[in-house]
Amino acid sequence: MTHNLVTLEGVSKAFTLHLRDGLKISVVDNVSFSVAPGECVVLGGPSGAGKSSILKMVYGNYRCDHGRILVRDGDEFVDVATAEPRRILALRGSVMGYVSQFLRVIPRVSALDIVAGAATDSGVGRAEAWARAERLLTLLNVPERLWSLPPATFSGGEQQRVNIARGLAADRPVLLLDEPTASLDAANRAVVVRLIEEKKRAGAAIIGIFHDEDVRDLVADRIVDVTEFAASKAA
Amino acid sequence: MTANLNDKPLLSARNLGKHYGQRLGCRDVSFDLYEGEVLAVVGESGSGKSTLLSLLATELAPTAGRVDYRMRDGETRNLFDLSEAERRFLLRTDWGFVRQDARDGLRMGVSAGGNVGERLMAVGGRHYGRIRDTASDWLNRVEIGPERIDDLPKSFSGGMRQRLQIARNLVTHPRLVFMDEPTSSLDVSVQARLLDLIRGLVTELGLAVIIVTHDLAVARLLSHRIMVMRQGRVIETGLTDQVLDDPREAYTQLLVSSVLAA
Repeated sequence: MTHNLVTLEGVSKAFTLHLRDGLKISVVDNVSFSVAPGECVVLGGPSGAGKSSILKMVYGNYRCDHGRILVRDGDEFVDVATAEPRRILALRGSVMGYVSQFLRVIPRVSALDIVAGAATDSGVGRAEAWARAERLLTLLNVPERLWSLPPATFSGGEQQRVNIARGLAADRPVLLLDEPTASLDAANRAVVVRLIEEKKRAGAAIIGIFHDEDVRDLVADRIVDVTEFAASKAA
Repeated sequence: MTANLNDKPLLSARNLGKHYGQRLGCRDVSFDLYEGEVLAVVGESGSGKSTLLSLLATELAPTAGRVDYRMRDGETRNLFDLSEAERRFLLRTDWGFVRQDARDGLRMGVSAGGNVGERLMAVGGRHYGRIRDTASDWLNRVEIGPERIDDLPKSFSGGMRQRLQIARNLVTHPRLVFMDEPTSSLDVSVQARLLDLIRGLVTELGLAVIIVTHDLAVARLLSHRIMVMRQGRVIETGLTDQVLDDPREAYTQLLVSSVLAA
């Protein structure tokens, strides 16, 4: 247990929709699993099973109603379910990275600076950060002529690849991947698989959701079937 | 935000409240704000968010509660125990206040450079050349060209006036800046540029900010934490993306679902 970077214990989540007469939708119940350094756990199950909600709870983006979500920060275990906002922000700053398929564009910041900035924010030196950014953008086939431009005008696919580069530029011991390869072509999917392998070798604990079975089979050390945590409708 | 998790709050409000006679302004507001932290206070008109901001900035006296502030010398004082001179000194040096209407935050009959330089003189700046250089530097940082330094804010567009207000407020390197709907009087295209500028400066200078806004997009872009107010009370609080993506209270769900997606 102590060497795991992420541990979920008895995690439950429901949404109460006040605008629909307080309709309560239970998402998952009693989720328990943990992830060791260098391990990639893939969440499996059909759409709507609560995979994304679990990832968002670990990141602190969704609230956790019951249970504990322990994330290791140095010698300390932080329970994201109860931690103060500033503690969660500190975890996001140095421990947890979240990569989705969507880029939240920052106006007027170039693609290269977005990616390198993610690295420097996590404590990587400037020269190393820009070198990494150039390598990642090259690997992910973002044309060099675009690097100095803000991604607002890029195609959806280009933005997505800039976002993946940003998410992987930092050294974060915990990575949460929410369908990063959705709608990528085969060549770029292969690049992402290679980058995930690199992160695993560097000791990152990864929790991922992958729609593509080929990607999933290549990166997963273990598949956690989220339907096992289906909430009973009576809850 | 690089948080030093062991530091003490810059500002702590406890059970803060204000009644105007029988009418409630706000009540039972308690929170801590740390250096470098941006807190958005959201709610509709009449929610008490502007009353709260006025209390925190000591423009109004509370009818209940206290606000403790860690001064630059490290001593923590209840803001409402400060003398008038101490309060004014705080307002001119360690705090900034960016108003919704630039006419309330600028001296419209004084040049752009003068508006910035005035704050420096208030903290003891005497050397004209240096004051002018610093003012010019700050105008540049808020993207106002050096050729405009002697122009009156009257001749400026709305966006430029807001940027001038920001320069005027930040020139003394405050630790805490209050902002009251800083972008809501501007055209949308101008808003984006101003928000981007504010965001950059807040990160670069490590400012603590309390921003009152009815615009959830502004809160999402700028703030780390959010406080939702309704009928004078804080009804929900938390990490900004958590409150906006997973709102718990009925009223917050209504606010979030009322935003038109573009």
